Amino acid sequence: MTEGSSNFARHDWDGADARRRLKRRYAANTRLKLYGLSAIVLALGLLAVLLGSLVMTGYKSFVQTHVTFDVYVNPENYDQANPFDSDYRTMIRDSFLKLFPEVPPGPQQRQLFDIPSTGAQLKLREIVAADPSVVGSTIRISVPVSDEFDQFQKGEGSRDAAEDARRVNDRQIVWFDKLAADGKISTPFNWTLFNSADSRFPELAGLKGAIVGTFYLLLVTFVLSFPIGIAAAIYLEEFAPKNKWTDIIEININNLAAVPSIVFGLLALAVFLQTFGLPRSAPLVGGMTIALMTLPTIIIATRAALKAVPPSIREAALGVGASKHQVIIHHVLPLAMPGILTGTIIGMAHAIGETAPLLLIGMNAFMTSASVGILDPATTLPTQIYIWADSPERGFVARTSAAILVLLGFLMLMNGLAIYLRRRLERKW
Amino acid sequence: MINKTLIGLATIAVVSAAASGAAHARDRIQVVGSSTVFPYSQAVAEEFGNKSGKPAPVVESTGTGGGMKIFCQGLGPDHPDVTGASRAMKKSEWEACQKSGVTDITEAMIGYDGLSVAHSRKGKTLNLTTQQLFLGLAAQVPDKSGKLVANPYKTWKSIDASLPDTKIQVFGPPPTSGTRDAFVELVMEKSCEEYPAYSKLDKDKKKEACSRMRQDGLFIEAGENDNLIVQRLDSDPTAIGIFGYSFLYENQDKLLAVKINGVDPSFTTIQDGSYPISRPLYFYVKNAHRKAIPGLEAFLKEYVSDAAMGANGYLHERGLVALTDAKRKEMAAGVTGGKKMDAPTK
Repeated sequence: MTEGSSNFARHDWDGADARRRLKRRYAANTRLKLYGLSAIVLALGLLAVLLGSLVMTGYKSFVQTHVTFDVYVNPENYDQANPFDSDYRTMIRDSFLKLFPEVPPGPQQRQLFDIPSTGAQLKLREIVAADPSVVGSTIRISVPVSDEFDQFQKGEGSRDAAEDARRVNDRQIVWFDKLAADGKISTPFNWTLFNSADSRFPELAGLKGAIVGTFYLLLVTFVLSFPIGIAAAIYLEEFAPKNKWTDIIEININNLAAVPSIVFGLLALAVFLQTFGLPRSAPLVGGMTIALMTLPTIIIATRAALKAVPPSIREAALGVGASKHQVIIHHVLPLAMPGILTGTIIGMAHAIGETAPLLLIGMNAFMTSASVGILDPATTLPTQIYIWADSPERGFVARTSAAILVLLGFLMLMNGLAIYLRRRLERKW
Repeated sequence: MINKTLIGLATIAVVSAAASGAAHARDRIQVVGSSTVFPYSQAVAEEFGNKSGKPAPVVESTGTGGGMKIFCQGLGPDHPDVTGASRAMKKSEWEACQKSGVTDITEAMIGYDGLSVAHSRKGKTLNLTTQQLFLGLAAQVPDKSGKLVANPYKTWKSIDASLPDTKIQVFGPPPTSGTRDAFVELVMEKSCEEYPAYSKLDKDKKKEACSRMRQDGLFIEAGENDNLIVQRLDSDPTAIGIFGYSFLYENQDKLLAVKINGVDPSFTTIQDGSYPISRPLYFYVKNAHRKAIPGLEAFLKEYVSDAAMGANGYLHERGLVALTDAKRKEMAAGVTGGKKMDAPTK
């Protein structure tokens, strides 16, 4: 005993040795804190660089250069029997060329007519279709300018460069400057980006088709994976016996969550398209594929949520004579719902950005109108980004970044919703 | 409460799904195939949709080989109507088509695609011959005694004293791309013929030796995305890139073409064949679908119309190097008449 206590006494808590050790421990603490902090700073920095570069290249495509001029809706070019096929191009052309009466016919007029977008005639057709009484009168319309002039207006490609080193020639610049001086050029918000579908002309291309396609895809994914996921989780958590088989199933679900998405795409191609003969490019097939990928996420989240409901609630319900079915449906499931919803939304947010499997089943299709159902071909936001990133036209460079920003916006919205639901519905015991 | 809302939502979804399902007998034309033909099919599809008011055709870029595979899987609404190709249909593909009942196919050669080699406008001008390109890019080249050795050239000057003393650095497409296939065929394999060192090898070995690009980091596979190559060239004035002519045409303010064998790529030089790196483009159509798929006939007519393919047509605006007038008329007649193609020889 005496030996032991003398040992104890020999330990000097205030000696130089102990102080040095203490200092080292504090230093290690500070270092650990600094590592963590610098990791966060690094992550935030990378995020800022990513967002910064997207915003820098993308912000310009949120506005679109328009030219405003008066169009005489010439009854001579209007075909009463078939308004849809009337010659709107000539009406636009005649009226636009009238702005520059001094330009001689021929190549010069063709160059001049390069300024308004090809979409102008479609816009006029829409106006006339909505109100045929405008035929014979003069109306003022504002139409997008074609991509090279849009880029020029936005300062891409210097006007001081040699003529063969830019897309617009000297003469076109003079005309464009005159239009600008006359106040005919404006740069309003680019609504086209949201309310029209894809086009080969950047100034007419929008994300409507992709947004509608994404909606259908998520709908199918949700309808399939949510009930199946919850049912599977309830069985595994509440009913399944603990044995070798349930262990195997559990391990497999966890593994499935880690399978690369391209594998699901190949599976969908072989099974859904080739064996079942489902239509190519359809959101139904895309949704089924993505549902397979989100199922494990939802099952895992649901099981965790069910586990978190305190046993006292189950026992109380059983104690007053509720059946197992009643306990689960009336008590456990509603209480677990916030957790389940959060897990589901996060799974969906993951699904919205999925590209690889969709490429394999043809959801990277080019379509100039939005799809009208889950069996109609469609694109989704990420595949639209993929298509635009691969297009030669200069205007698509900025639009690719803009589309990514829109996709990120949707992601933030969904994650925000998940956080809101969790805060709102969460219960503490 | 939440449960009931969810069940309601799910019911609505299922009902709407069923409703749209009933409408499924395909009313949209389906086009697949080469990524090089994709922009042209895209343009025709958009124009057709705008003019006719019918549902816009679906155009998908699957690559030439992938397109052929889907195209030849069978007849009926589950299989595409048209496929684009940046090379002619192979014999094996034609046989696959025959086997699945796709026997009546019309072939249409729609024009040419030039491959451009270009560098940033900030760089020094460079003129190359196909042979110099080959020597700069092949994995193995013959040395002075004619023996094959690993490519020793690091600068253009070391290949030919008249070339500038800049590092060889070339961004190009990966082997999965049709552009790469065309480049190998038109530049590598052709130049290869001029060296006796290769003809001594047996057939398979020769093909491999001729088509292998160097892997010491001087030839860089830059992915399928040609826009990325353009952006990289812009930031590195000494590097050169290989891509489709339409990307050069769209980026004239940033890029300068490398003259090949003294010829600048342009619509004229590609059309008359004086620019050496160009290839024909095709589309194939199933004649059995013409009656079954509404609008297909009209779509094809639009594709081969003057407005699309003529000298000032909108496909030309997109970068297609059109056929001469006589050839175009012959092709258009074949497409509208549904001329059945013969078995390919290769």
